Amino acid sequence: MYSKKTLQHFRSPHNYGEIKNADGVGEAGNIVCGDVMSLYLKMKKIGKKEPVIDQVKFKTYGCAAAIATSSAITDLVKGKTIGESLKISKNDIIDFLEGLPPIKIHCSILAIDALDEAIYQYLIDQKKPIPADLQKKHERITFSRNQIEERYKKWMTKK
Amino acid sequence: MKKIYLDYAATTPVDPRVLKAMMPYFSDKFANTMSLHQMGQVASDAVENSRKIIASFIKAKPEEIYFTSSATESNNLALKGITFANREKGKNHVIISSIEHDCVLESSRWLARQGFKVDEINVDKYGFININQLKKLITSSTVLVSVIHGNNEIGTIQDIKTIGKICHQKGVYFHTDASQSLGKVNIDVEKMKIDLLTASSHKIYGPKGAAILYIKKGVIIEPIIHGGGHEKGLRSSTSNVPAIVGMGSAVEILYKESKQENEKQKKLRDMLINGILKNIKGTHLNGHPVNRLSNNANISFPSIEGESLLMELDFAGVEVSTGSACSSRNLMPSHVLMACGAKPQIAHGSIRLSVGRFTTEEEIHKAIKIFVKVVNKLKQYSPFKV
Repeated sequence: MYSKKTLQHFRSPHNYGEIKNADGVGEAGNIVCGDVMSLYLKMKKIGKKEPVIDQVKFKTYGCAAAIATSSAITDLVKGKTIGESLKISKNDIIDFLEGLPPIKIHCSILAIDALDEAIYQYLIDQKKPIPADLQKKHERITFSRNQIEERYKKWMTKK
Repeated sequence: MKKIYLDYAATTPVDPRVLKAMMPYFSDKFANTMSLHQMGQVASDAVENSRKIIASFIKAKPEEIYFTSSATESNNLALKGITFANREKGKNHVIISSIEHDCVLESSRWLARQGFKVDEINVDKYGFININQLKKLITSSTVLVSVIHGNNEIGTIQDIKTIGKICHQKGVYFHTDASQSLGKVNIDVEKMKIDLLTASSHKIYGPKGAAILYIKKGVIIEPIIHGGGHEKGLRSSTSNVPAIVGMGSAVEILYKESKQENEKQKKLRDMLINGILKNIKGTHLNGHPVNRLSNNANISFPSIEGESLLMELDFAGVEVSTGSACSSRNLMPSHVLMACGAKPQIAHGSIRLSVGRFTTEEEIHKAIKIFVKVVNKLKQYSPFKV
């Protein structure tokens, strides 16, 4: 069911862990759905060039596909500028992993959401302008998070 | 590397003695039980012999045992057969528990779409049904109550005798799915006031493709498979003679060995449970600590999702099972654990381990070590600290 590459990334994921003093942290997913992901970014500026993602790490609770897509996104964004990173789509992750089972496509969306959220927080902290697309994505992620929390409030807070 | 199979609740290997008993019925004594010639009689006698063995094991009469292809089919036949046979009498209400196997759950949902009313009985944190609620739910239009005997996920064994008594007093039919419990808990359909009971061959070291529905004498049910009139017209289909012979042989072994076997499995099960709970922080046993199937353990690992644990264990040589949400359409975890009130982290991080006839103490010791190693590995990626 999983591709060889997905299994490789699940069994030996790249860049797991946390970054203290990260420049951007993005959270995506919800324990109700069984996936929770945090992505940490550390930026670096060399000379007059645009800053690039120098370090990236993840922490993920989820299935094998969630861990593999987390690992994949870290490989895909390392060394890229913010503009380049925002162009990465779920299909880039799926291609990178040489395919994902249809039922696991949502895991690639989880990774993209975490990346977008990390970049969003970085840009806000830097007081840089937020691209319209990113603003929209951030609002969608927040909206669906609130919706899930409202819907499963009783279950999540149960003693 | 030999794999450590801890998934006997999913299915069991065929016992070599069972296979030996089955062999003549593939090519040598292969005839159709409905054929009138002597060879047909040989096949028919073999089926009747199995029927007798199985009937006697649950204290039923041979003519009360009907062979089907699977527990799923038996459960479908029980629910649909009883409701359709009684719908003209204004009986349109079915009660099931909230922790039934999918085949009972889905059959009852189908019945609801056909216009029947279906109610679910709640369970407590251990998975025991609420007896008072059951009493209240039964009305004059109730026709059937169906409650699983030993739960397939968390192993909880229901007080079938009490449930049977209530149904008997209120005059409604009582069906129980005993797929997991046959051979692990003594069953006496007479004493337990059971009207219909499902049991399966491949959970007791028999082959896949044979199961029974016990139907108490006098209980009328409508067939759902029509045809040549096999099984007294209740379940047409050419009898799967080798599989039925295998199921008979498997039950014969239970007669002789189940008591000892259950003691052994209980010991191994507890060794496994205690080993994991003691060595891995934050783990939690689902179901009841004592009143559970002798081979079942269900454990939650709060910082790790079930599917990733299952996959990594598989690579490390341990085969287990999960009610993981991640492969289900709505991303919701096991309905059984949710019915028991498990919080999301507990429900998503659960694994079912089931020992069996061929499990050894050495395997359990090895499995515990592998669990510790695998959990420590996966914890490194988890945002949760426990």
